[in-house]
Amino acid sequence: MAASGAALAGFVVAHLAGNLQIFLGQEAVNRYAHFLKSTPGLLWSARLFLLAMGALHVVTSAQLNREARAARPEPYAGKAYIKASPASRTMFASGLIILGFIVYHLLHFTFLKLHPQYGQLTDALGRHDVYSMMVLSFLNPLICAAYIVPVFCLCLHLSHGLSSLFQSLGINTERSRAGLAAGAVVFAWGLFAGYAIIPIACQLGWVKLP
Amino acid sequence: MTLDAKIPSGPLSEKWDKHKFEMKLVNPANKRKYSVIVVGSGLAGASAAASLAELGYSVKCLCFQDSPRRAHSIAAQGGINAAKNYPNDGDSIQRLFYDTIKGGDFRSREANVYRLAQVSGSVIDQCAAQGVPFAREYGGLLDNRSFGGALVSRTFYARGQTGQQLLLGAYQALSRQIGLGKVRMLMRTEMLELVVVDGAARGIVARNLVTGAIDSHAADAVVLATGGYSPVFYLSTNAVGCNVTAAYRAYKKGAFFANPCFTQIHPTCIPQSGDHQSKLTLMSESLRNDGRVWIPKQKGDKRPPELIPEGERDYFLERRYPTYGNLSPRDIASRAAKQVCDEDRGVGPGGRGVYLDLSDALERLGGKIVRERYGNLLDMYERITGENPFRVPMRIYPAPHYAMGGLWVDYNLMSNLPGLHVIGEANFSDHGANRLGASALMQGLADGYFILPYTLGHYLASTPRKPVAADHPEFKKAEDLARARVNHLLSVRGKRTAASFHQELGRRMWDDCGMSRSDAGLRRVLKRIPELREEFWKTVDVTGSGEDLNQALERAGRVADFLEFSELLAQDALHRTESCGGHFREESQTDEGEAKRDDAHFSYVAAWEHAGDGKSATLHKEPLTFEAVQPAQRSYK
Amino acid sequence: MNLTLNVWRQRNAQDKGHFLEYQAKDIGPDMSFLEMLDQMNEDLIKQGSEPVAFDSDCREGICGMCSLVINGVPHGAQFQSGSAACQLHMRKFKDGDVITIEPWRAKAFPAVKDLVCDRSAFDRIIQAGGYISVNTGGTPDANTIPVPKPAAERAMDAAACIGCGACVAACKNASAMLFVAAKVSHLTTLPQGQVEAKERVQKMVARMDQEGFGHCTNQSECQAVCPKEISVDFIAQMNREYLKSL
Repeated sequence: MAASGAALAGFVVAHLAGNLQIFLGQEAVNRYAHFLKSTPGLLWSARLFLLAMGALHVVTSAQLNREARAARPEPYAGKAYIKASPASRTMFASGLIILGFIVYHLLHFTFLKLHPQYGQLTDALGRHDVYSMMVLSFLNPLICAAYIVPVFCLCLHLSHGLSSLFQSLGINTERSRAGLAAGAVVFAWGLFAGYAIIPIACQLGWVKLP
Repeated sequence: MTLDAKIPSGPLSEKWDKHKFEMKLVNPANKRKYSVIVVGSGLAGASAAASLAELGYSVKCLCFQDSPRRAHSIAAQGGINAAKNYPNDGDSIQRLFYDTIKGGDFRSREANVYRLAQVSGSVIDQCAAQGVPFAREYGGLLDNRSFGGALVSRTFYARGQTGQQLLLGAYQALSRQIGLGKVRMLMRTEMLELVVVDGAARGIVARNLVTGAIDSHAADAVVLATGGYSPVFYLSTNAVGCNVTAAYRAYKKGAFFANPCFTQIHPTCIPQSGDHQSKLTLMSESLRNDGRVWIPKQKGDKRPPELIPEGERDYFLERRYPTYGNLSPRDIASRAAKQVCDEDRGVGPGGRGVYLDLSDALERLGGKIVRERYGNLLDMYERITGENPFRVPMRIYPAPHYAMGGLWVDYNLMSNLPGLHVIGEANFSDHGANRLGASALMQGLADGYFILPYTLGHYLASTPRKPVAADHPEFKKAEDLARARVNHLLSVRGKRTAASFHQELGRRMWDDCGMSRSDAGLRRVLKRIPELREEFWKTVDVTGSGEDLNQALERAGRVADFLEFSELLAQDALHRTESCGGHFREESQTDEGEAKRDDAHFSYVAAWEHAGDGKSATLHKEPLTFEAVQPAQRSYK
Repeated sequence: MNLTLNVWRQRNAQDKGHFLEYQAKDIGPDMSFLEMLDQMNEDLIKQGSEPVAFDSDCREGICGMCSLVINGVPHGAQFQSGSAACQLHMRKFKDGDVITIEPWRAKAFPAVKDLVCDRSAFDRIIQAGGYISVNTGGTPDANTIPVPKPAAERAMDAAACIGCGACVAACKNASAMLFVAAKVSHLTTLPQGQVEAKERVQKMVARMDQEGFGHCTNQSECQAVCPKEISVDFIAQMNREYLKSL
């Protein structure tokens, strides 16, 4: 769980770094996309690795969930929590939303099956115009919402998941735990800010079509 | 019948070594053929069961709680004594021996106490090796603190949870043997009868508290480590489950009960707040190291403590006992508190309380150090009373705490019934008429780790082995007796709960046979107990059945035994017309109100033999002889 | 004050169990929660009904026997943290309150009766390796093994565990990690315990899994209800020890 989560979290960071190139303009984004496409070895090994990690993460979480239910066959009439964070209590739900979002997101930006009208453009150099696809998509408020809400869930998920990872891998110590947990929260919400700023920028016209 | 304590000959300091050499050994190959039942899993029981199993005996261990780790030794707070002399302040085996004999008001056996002091150091070594997290100095060596009744620092401790940590050490040693299959542990199982075959203890009958099954358990020897009987007073610092049943059942089978009137009243408990109360909570007397005990000088002074100026406070322990002051032994401190409350100078609701004030220590050491030393105790006080001891002086009052009396045992910790060994608080042997602080843990572990494993082996090796099976007619008889008692309790269906009988018995015992005892009061309570017992068997209401977990039934069985045992206790108190240690007879006091011993007439152990139901017990005397110390009037002034 | 109690009643391990409502009358603020139940039981016996079975012994917060889930939280820690139910006093409640009382619920803690459950799984975990293997006698003088003061303090922090099982009861996964971690950390932090550190953590974790406890998902609910406030730092320490032992 922790190891696959760490790998997926790493991807989320790398992905954000790629996305933020939108602020560098059309050329940067499209060149980056073209670079990825033109190194299929790298691209596919990354994709397969992520797929494996994702599958592992889903399988282990299903297993955890099953074991947790088996470990308490008779539930409490009214269970109350006094310490557990909302993020930690909604991991399974937020995970499901993220899973759904990944499918939607891939259909949208990778397989270009959803909103195909934004996906067929090419730029002046004949490359796939990813930049315009992103901007056009995020000019649609519904797509913005369908993006921001799951990303919120993702970051909620990460805010617990990361601190949990330090705990599960035994990285936490008496001294570092509070700091690492706070760091995880800051990191997660930093990611959210990074991801959310893109559709917002499109909506507010900070990022414009070429 | 003469009581032979089997004390080895020779100089005091050589007796134990000599005896260890003279005792017979069991062939290691034969040890597993010998079975031993240990009843109780506290410090004494767990350490004995683990040590015997390590030696190779087949051990069965019982406890009435759901886990051996819950025995009430766990609640001991302050510490454990040992004559290590680590602080270089003049301690020695001789001094620990002397302090214990003197603290016990010269009513214990010299040879036993000397041996206790001798092995005390090994107990600490054993516990440290087991991983007991004792308090340490910055250099990594063990820390010591001082405790009531001693002028040297010889008390080892683990915060305010020493008993817990020592018990967990013994529990872990026991668990290791259970895991290895050397000990069979029966939890939620209560001993109801001792089985004696051909004059020797050969097993027990016990009830599985979950299924209600009453079963026989046969063995080559039986060890009782069943603790004390303070809940005879209903309210005490003991756990609500602590009881006299196992010891009393053994007594009814012929084991002598020694000095039952020697009960200890602990001076530093949280005062009672009402009739609903099920137990009293102890505040470790280590608090007396830094806390000062006082009451207002004026009678009926109802001002809050902070408004009473220094000059109008009476630090009565410091005033009356300048040398020991707030560290006076328990019996003396308790009685002094009772006396000032009887003078109508007590504080708090009902006037049954004195202040234990930390403000000097807070000023001298600062809040941080005080919190470090006593934090958990002070939190506990605040939880129970709702008052913050950092701002308001605590209120304390004495409460029944420990039973120095118990089943009679010889030097080998064996009772007059061959094969029946009694260890820890359940026996009478080491504390005389008063136990010093931090000595109970020492004795429980000394008995279990370092004495019984030798002496029990000696018994087994020197007794021809005659296997007895659990289908022997004596077991059948004992089972029938136990079942009949359970059925009787369930069949009365009266209208008064066992708890209410317990409460009434306790109140009467506390009033007439508690901290101070008089001829008239003892006769009064001795008249009332049989009446109460009769009422109990006529009107007790025990609901439910005997075939499952029935806590009302468990309770009723224990109360029934207390209703008989209390009579023995009061009878012993009546016969001992001297004052000594925790036993204070109003008729025997000095002009200053201190206890007055009567060595000419009472320098003996009173061992009582059951003479049959409805008959008064027969007294046997084991004279106490003192070679190494000269009994003197105890003075802590 | 007068209270309404919803109490779990279950005849035995096979019975399905259900809630019954009781009225607790004239409850004083100085009563402990268990004394309140004592009084309710006395009233039940007087009415000819069977009293509610619940575990308790020392009633001073150290034996770990009491095991009540009060309004959904073990030991009623939402009313007072850092204490067992026996140390919770009724001054924390007010007249007219409705209180739900349930037993610890976990597969590894099978029901016995009413509010009583069987926690021997904890004992078996200790039996699997929660000790230092020294026999009685033959141990060196206690001062030959110096223990740095901070290590002794830290070991004591972990060793303070009373084995009540509230951590399991509170965990949404019914995980025993805090209990096991406390023992592993107590023993591993001391030099005496390092000799068998690897074996110990392996055996104890294996036994824990075998007993049917769930896994840790790091919610720290265990620490919040722990009567001794044992820190989840020890769980990280145990995880570290476990990874080291592989």
